[in-house]
Amino acid sequence: MADEALTAAPIPPPTSTPPPALAVLQKAWRFILQQRTLSVALIAVAMVIYFQLSKSVFLSAGNLQTLIQYISETAIIAAGEVMLLICGEIDLSVGSVYALAPFVMYYANQNGVPLLGGIVIALLVCAAIGFINGFASVYFRVPSLIATLGTQLLVSGVTLVITNATPVLTPDTFPKVTSFAKLFGNNPYFEISWTLAIVIVMQALLSMTPWGLRTVATGGNPLGASEVGIGANRIKMVHFMVASALAGFAGVLGAFRVGSTDPLAGGTTIMFNAIAGAVIGGTALTGGSGTVIGALLGVCVLGILQDGITLIGVNADYYYIVVGAAILAAMILNVRLSQLRKAGQS
Amino acid sequence: MTAPSSEALRVEHIAKRFGPVTALRDINMRLNYGEVLGLIGDNGAGKSTLIKIMTGFQQPDAGTIFVNGQEVKLNSVQQARELGIETVYQDLALINELSVYHNMFLKRELRIGPFLNNAAMRRQAREFLNQMGVNVPSVDVEVSKLSGGQRQAIAIARAVSSNAKILLLDEPLAAMGAKEGAQILDLINRLKSQGVAIIMIGHNYAQVLEVADRVNLLQHGEITFDKPAGKDLMDEITDIIMQEYRATKLGTSANGSVKSGTPTSA
Repeated sequence: MADEALTAAPIPPPTSTPPPALAVLQKAWRFILQQRTLSVALIAVAMVIYFQLSKSVFLSAGNLQTLIQYISETAIIAAGEVMLLICGEIDLSVGSVYALAPFVMYYANQNGVPLLGGIVIALLVCAAIGFINGFASVYFRVPSLIATLGTQLLVSGVTLVITNATPVLTPDTFPKVTSFAKLFGNNPYFEISWTLAIVIVMQALLSMTPWGLRTVATGGNPLGASEVGIGANRIKMVHFMVASALAGFAGVLGAFRVGSTDPLAGGTTIMFNAIAGAVIGGTALTGGSGTVIGALLGVCVLGILQDGITLIGVNADYYYIVVGAAILAAMILNVRLSQLRKAGQS
Repeated sequence: MTAPSSEALRVEHIAKRFGPVTALRDINMRLNYGEVLGLIGDNGAGKSTLIKIMTGFQQPDAGTIFVNGQEVKLNSVQQARELGIETVYQDLALINELSVYHNMFLKRELRIGPFLNNAAMRRQAREFLNQMGVNVPSVDVEVSKLSGGQRQAIAIARAVSSNAKILLLDEPLAAMGAKEGAQILDLINRLKSQGVAIIMIGHNYAQVLEVADRVNLLQHGEITFDKPAGKDLMDEITDIIMQEYRATKLGTSANGSVKSGTPTSA
């Protein structure tokens, strides 16, 4: 109907070819945007080469396993965090959720639930914490930075109380490591497989589905998104729950990997590394843009840096200085880029 | 196609309060297919509130809305959209971070299974924009890279492509150069000739009069003026506005304050 009406209307012939200069600029700009991910990958490769030249054990099987273990769990948390950041929110409680989840699994198991069922219960509990985070941020309009700072402490406290602040042995890891434990994190190759699978699924969700498009819209222009009829609240709630559940899953992997379940595991360190990885990987803290792959690469850069610094015998505390500076630089770049974009509009 | 000049939208006795502030007092308005109604009024006269009610974004405290002669309740934007009412807001519901074609299909994406069908969306967006005579460098380009006029044209094109038959344009020419503005006015005229019913809000009266068939003036939450656009209308409107301006000034100097009940920004 619309078509015949449209063709019947007097329409001036459209000039379909863009001016060549503009097209070239666009191509260049898009290349730079794509390069953001590429440049993080290049930095990672350069660092690998540097550390390998300085210490030949860097690429040894043993050290690679250490690296994998560092990267895997942080990258899983970062995958959930990126989605939240893109839709304009943040979750600081992921580190304490990471510590709580394996205890939920442990206690469920102690009460006769099979381990797999225990993992499912743990993830549901974590999703419930995510729901609380989302509810506070979305419906009570508490900025998620503050709301999740609260749940970070709250969940951490709960974990310490229910465990009497004492670590326990992770089931299935002592005296003999079962294949179940290997599948869920005790074996580094299974662990990195989980990570890659989660990263691929989340990236596909973000860039290949309507849900991903609406997530970007929610963070990029909240008012605009709601005017189009996108349920921004629902999208945010789901991302809060997914981010929390992923953090819980990372915690379960960590507990099987280490063999002991520690109430002080994770914490702000792993949370900070995950968010820093996301930001270094090109995710804007202001919402609307970012990639899960970029976050994985960002986490890799941080992991390689921390591992390499320790290997070459530099005081590991320098790591924090370097990371702090890198995050600051990445954020300034982020803000500058979005300012430039805004300036380009008007 | 809906028969032109049949009734598209009618509102009767619409009222809306925000706490102590009366935004809309008693609004009666009628719009036909193939007609452009210019809705003008000062800032804070209630234009935006009225638009939000007609588009289901807000609900009136009183009054009735008729679409195609049928009484309807517009409880959500989705509901209004299903009835063919679509609004293009002055703050533009476009997402800067997304490409033109993703913006065109936002919330009604074409898919293959659970995945986006980007090839089809890209092609259809390109065809549609060409048909409408909207010129963008490429549908792949991020919306943030476009000019104000291009963005406005895309926002309008999106509304029309989603089968809108009643189009509410909130300040479609805001922050736009003369040439770009002329292109948008062309686009509005083209839509009108296709039988789309259009309400155009603006506070640049000259621009509104350029395309409007009829003009309604909104003052203090009421339509005080409803006349077909003609060459004398501009003077008439100017007189009314000047009267109001003088009255407000007198009121201010006499009482030391603007008269109460004047709605603040809606």
